[in-house]
Amino acid sequence: MLDAGFLQRWMAAAAAAVEREADHLTELDSAIGDADHGANMRRGFAAVAAALDAEPQTTPGAVLVLAGRQLISTVGGASGPLYGTLLRRAGKALGDAAEVTPEALAEALGTGVAAVAQLGGATAGDKTMLDALEPGVAALARDGDFAAAARAAREGAAATVPMLARKGRASYLGERSVGHQDPGATSAAVLFAALAEVAS
Amino acid sequence: MTGAPGSGVGVVLVSHSAEVASAVVRLALGLAGGASGVPVAAAGGGPDGGLGTSAELIARAAREVDRGAGVAVLVDLGSAVLTVKALLAEGDELPAGTRLVDAPFLEGAVAAVVTAAAGGDLDAVAAAAEEAYGYRKA
Repeated sequence: MLDAGFLQRWMAAAAAAVEREADHLTELDSAIGDADHGANMRRGFAAVAAALDAEPQTTPGAVLVLAGRQLISTVGGASGPLYGTLLRRAGKALGDAAEVTPEALAEALGTGVAAVAQLGGATAGDKTMLDALEPGVAALARDGDFAAAARAAREGAAATVPMLARKGRASYLGERSVGHQDPGATSAAVLFAALAEVAS
Repeated sequence: MTGAPGSGVGVVLVSHSAEVASAVVRLALGLAGGASGVPVAAAGGGPDGGLGTSAELIARAAREVDRGAGVAVLVDLGSAVLTVKALLAEGDELPAGTRLVDAPFLEGAVAAVVTAAAGGDLDAVAAAAEEAYGYRKA
């Protein structure tokens, strides 16, 4: 079972991983975006970690709701409302339960991913974060295995390389977006890697 | 179409750039001529002051122009659109009666401010701004 402490450790690990990967994310974003994804994610997750340190939450759902709210407020780019919606909706779906199973977390994250798809008007294959989020959540839902989820998300991010971007700034590039890994799918894989790290 | 100037619909202009947001506010007020009673606020730039979108600036601007008759929010690109939608979904971040208007940023801003200055309600302001999509330039 996963308690509020587990979710807080996930968010702390995510903040550390985003900090480590920030330059790489910005490098990917400079190829097909506006070169701010690393800095934006770093600012957002630093705010998440600080908020959860200042106000530790008592349920898994509350951890995710607070984290999502911080991301919407502080990121400054499209990844803020998108990841913020993901975590906030997932947190709301978990409700007040003091402990949840990995499968329940997967189901809640699935609700969040659907909300992200609706907010951004994107679907899998559009070369967005959804291309890592969907396989990651699906793998977690299958057998509650966090390592498998991280692997699926990483493979999903890698699979964006040959895709043509159909959403966001990268979509203006048309064919020139092909051949680059999507920064949003990459940061989504980073978040799943942090989850697997905390679970191991 | 009711409401006296100063008590009507508020307008918030959200751009990735602080300069663009405040310049479009000036342009809209200037072209509306004598629209000094319309509460219009700019929410431009990101949390670090650079290009981007700041949820905090948007919420503050909306509260600043809220006179109880609704707030029309016009936005430029990507994260500005998504942030306002996410704030509206939060429920309590923006004043009651805040609406994201689907309109071209600059042309919509002028139409919204002119309509608000004429005493239009939120529906009229939103409709005028959205109509700006119908004006073909070529």
